[in-house]
Amino acid sequence: MSLKAKALAATAVLALTATAGGAHAQVEINWWHAMGGELGDRLNEIAAGFNESQSDYTVVPVYRGNYTETMTAAIAAFRARQQPHIVQVFEVGTASMMAAEGAIYPVYRLMEEHGIDWDPDVYLPAVVGYYSDAEGNILSLPFNSSTPVLYYNKDAFAEAGLDPEQPPRTWDELVEASRTMIEAGSADCGFTTGWPSWLHLENFSALHNVPLATHANGFESLATEFRFDSDLHKRHIGNMAAWQQENIFQYGGRRSDSRPKFLSGECAMYMDSSGSYAAVKAGADFEFGVGMLPYYDDVEGAPQNSIIGGATLWVLQGHSDEEYEGVAAFFQYLSQPEVQARWHQETGYLPITLEAYQLSEEQGFYEENPGTDVSIKQLTLNDPTEHSRGLRLGNFVQIRDVINEELEEVWSGNKTAEQALEDAVRRGNELLRQFERDNS
Amino acid sequence: MVENRPWLTLLQHLVLICGVVIVVFPIWIAFVASTHEGRALVAGVIPLLPGDQLVENYRTILFSGMQGAGGASVGTMLLNSLIMALSIATGKIVISLLSAFAVVYFRFPFRMLCFWIIFSTLMLPVEVRILPTFEVVANLGMLNSYAGLSIPLIASATATFLFRQFFLTVPDELTEAARMDGAGPFRFFVDILVPLSRTNIAAIFVIMFIYGWNQYLWPLLVTTEESFYTIVMGIQRMVTVADSYPRWHHAMAAAVMALLPPTLVVLIMQRLFVKGLVETEK
Amino acid sequence: MHKKVTFGGFAFPLALLLPQLAITFVFFLWPAGQALYQSVLRQDAFGLRTTFVGLDNFVRLFHDPAYLSSFKVTLIFSASVTLIGLAVALLLATMADRVIKGAGLYKTLLIIPYAVAPAVAGVLWYFLFNPSIGILAYLVRGLGYNWNHQISGTDAMILVIIASVWKQVSYNFLFFLAGLQAIPRSLIEAAAIDGAGPWKRFTSIIFPLLSPTTFFLLVVNVVYAFFETFGVIHATTSGGPGQATTILVYKVFTDGFIALDLGSSAAQSVVLMIIVILLTAVQFRYIERRVQY
Repeated sequence: MSLKAKALAATAVLALTATAGGAHAQVEINWWHAMGGELGDRLNEIAAGFNESQSDYTVVPVYRGNYTETMTAAIAAFRARQQPHIVQVFEVGTASMMAAEGAIYPVYRLMEEHGIDWDPDVYLPAVVGYYSDAEGNILSLPFNSSTPVLYYNKDAFAEAGLDPEQPPRTWDELVEASRTMIEAGSADCGFTTGWPSWLHLENFSALHNVPLATHANGFESLATEFRFDSDLHKRHIGNMAAWQQENIFQYGGRRSDSRPKFLSGECAMYMDSSGSYAAVKAGADFEFGVGMLPYYDDVEGAPQNSIIGGATLWVLQGHSDEEYEGVAAFFQYLSQPEVQARWHQETGYLPITLEAYQLSEEQGFYEENPGTDVSIKQLTLNDPTEHSRGLRLGNFVQIRDVINEELEEVWSGNKTAEQALEDAVRRGNELLRQFERDNS
Repeated sequence: MVENRPWLTLLQHLVLICGVVIVVFPIWIAFVASTHEGRALVAGVIPLLPGDQLVENYRTILFSGMQGAGGASVGTMLLNSLIMALSIATGKIVISLLSAFAVVYFRFPFRMLCFWIIFSTLMLPVEVRILPTFEVVANLGMLNSYAGLSIPLIASATATFLFRQFFLTVPDELTEAARMDGAGPFRFFVDILVPLSRTNIAAIFVIMFIYGWNQYLWPLLVTTEESFYTIVMGIQRMVTVADSYPRWHHAMAAAVMALLPPTLVVLIMQRLFVKGLVETEK
Repeated sequence: MHKKVTFGGFAFPLALLLPQLAITFVFFLWPAGQALYQSVLRQDAFGLRTTFVGLDNFVRLFHDPAYLSSFKVTLIFSASVTLIGLAVALLLATMADRVIKGAGLYKTLLIIPYAVAPAVAGVLWYFLFNPSIGILAYLVRGLGYNWNHQISGTDAMILVIIASVWKQVSYNFLFFLAGLQAIPRSLIEAAAIDGAGPWKRFTSIIFPLLSPTTFFLLVVNVVYAFFETFGVIHATTSGGPGQATTILVYKVFTDGFIALDLGSSAAQSVVLMIIVILLTAVQFRYIERRVQY
């Protein structure tokens, strides 16, 4: 969008919120979110679109910091009885939100009691599955979901004599390709990764159809225990540690701080969320492609499907019926194919309904932007099994930190992969037990 | 130096220049970053010299509203930060002067207890007690108000401690003289003590203004309406983006602009320093 | 420590103290009390289920190797930040105090970092030391050392020490300068006439007269190093890699604010508070004796 259009959009939002306040006594709905930067602009546009389409309700989006800060702000507000109607919570907070039965208003109940005609089947099962309870009822509305993919430097591939249209499919192929490129000098390192825990333990388990934790990764019981110290996991992390020696793998931080390594051409491949597409496109001065995550082809059942990350919209209790009608109307609006398709195309997040996916296809979006449908294809490779529906683990914010810490001990050479994974499992289980105690 | 040894002067300048370079370098980088286009900052090593996008970037920030910062414009956010910082600085100075005066110049039961109660506020930072403080403020109906932004942050004891230190160095002869002239404690305070404390007041003003200006967590929690957002919150919003990429060039431009008022405060207060020095030269 | 000449009265001084005491009670003691009370409770994040557990949180803390290691990290970090911050600031202040030409410019430039918000400072140091795009990391690698603070605990510690000292030097410099400029020149000149060289003048006149300021800064810097540095750590290393830069207050913040384990976070706050109170008490008792007012 041009500068002028952006300015106009911003003014429109401002004008809208201004007039909305002064007009009739419209029902205000507070939507707390964590989308900064350009994503925040897109989000404001969605809210503005809804506000314009009817005159009974006004959605007021409020940026509350990053994901963690937004969640804490909502909780603090709830404790002080100042909570918003809708809050965007990242997937890592799902278990905590779910366990707070007195605080949340499950979406399926909200829609049944206040919505008009709501069909839960329009949503992509792979996406909503993560946020449904054991009976398949949707608890929170997926908003910005993504899944990890493999970005690769086509120019570096071509320079080393590899086919730039054929990204490596298995880990063996990836290692081979890395070695070839390093030898040919078209890259200094093979691959780097963002979000190591999400990619190389959580999605890794799902992709290979092995459990990350018992009881269907926590979906079925709070008594779940970790299982990522299995031989397969130890093999993979051990491999990554060994690959560091040859520069096939380089560690770049716990989040997406490793992106510059890819964008500068240092590393030929980069694994990160599909939502990074826009960032990669803006920052890369070379041709890049998108492929699915690699897997070990000697593992039966691989590749199964990947799981999603990102955030969803939770509804909090404590407001009036009239206001909840507005929330339901907004969620209905949000699920329309046009709205979803636009959000998906502009941000790189996944569409949450099948119709939105099909609409984007009809619009030729995937042809014009090659690689943007890899994420959806990977997500829907197969019907999810109990190991690949997602995670439902309490205290997972702390657990991710524990995992990151232990993995960093591996990358820095202080621990072996076996030791680190066993320690991570042990420490993680302690946190799971605490959550179980606090919430039963 | 009292002696006039040229090589000593040279050494001083050298040390100072080194200090300045080290200390100012990161800020220089911020300024440089704000004058390039986004792409230059995410691939390869950060450039050391300014680019050519200065007018472009600053114009975008000022006139298109802060990208992604929602309803509040840069102007509003700067104003909010200003009011908050000024309130905290002046509020703190006033109550700390009074308290330090009471603790140092009076003998009464529970005197030291009062001092230690006040001093205890240094022992537990805001971040640790932020959730219950939020509840108190919410219950008092002070959310989304300048009072709610400022008053809870006046609770800490740095200024009181400093003034106490300073008052202890003021010679007793002055107090004696005031007493003999028939002046009561309040006269003494207003006519002698406060003017003497000028340099310290200036220092505290600078410190508290900047402390208030740079607050992030507290304003984040206590404002739920974007019209009360402060500039530091706005910058954080541009930099912390979940999956997208931060627009560094805009964020750095905003950061540079956010630097200007505190720096201005420092510059103005500096002159007070010099004035105070000239007057106390006995 | 006590003034010999004081005023009488009881109601008057109390009235003077009332504003600060009132604010302290409402906005500090009351919420702090609640925060500390949570150390004997276990709650879920939303506060819907609360159980009293006595000292259980504390016991669990001291059995946690991660918590114990953060003691060591905090010690190294705070000592380094305090000592380096004070020493560098004192050096710069003494130089700036006596320089005539360009003094204003030096002072202005040296004070500017203080105006930078910790979050923004973190971003700046990220720029400078990032292993891929950082100019300083590039230079250090040019000198032969492979800088990577995302993997090496030592590198990470050095980074956060530098970033914290950077922010604090301006603050200390401001106060040292004010303190130095309050020392009458006549005293210095008299000593010079008596034949004392610059170093002798510093140790026997300037430093002792500076001692109230130094004491103030010592206490404030220790508190700063313990408490206020978490913003910088949060913005640069997030306590990593491993646990290498997780200082006590950072752990309190992550456990409380991020993981929402309020019971454990409160217990850690209690321990932290006791430590700082002890440190401050020691400083007041043993070091203040040497301070000349």
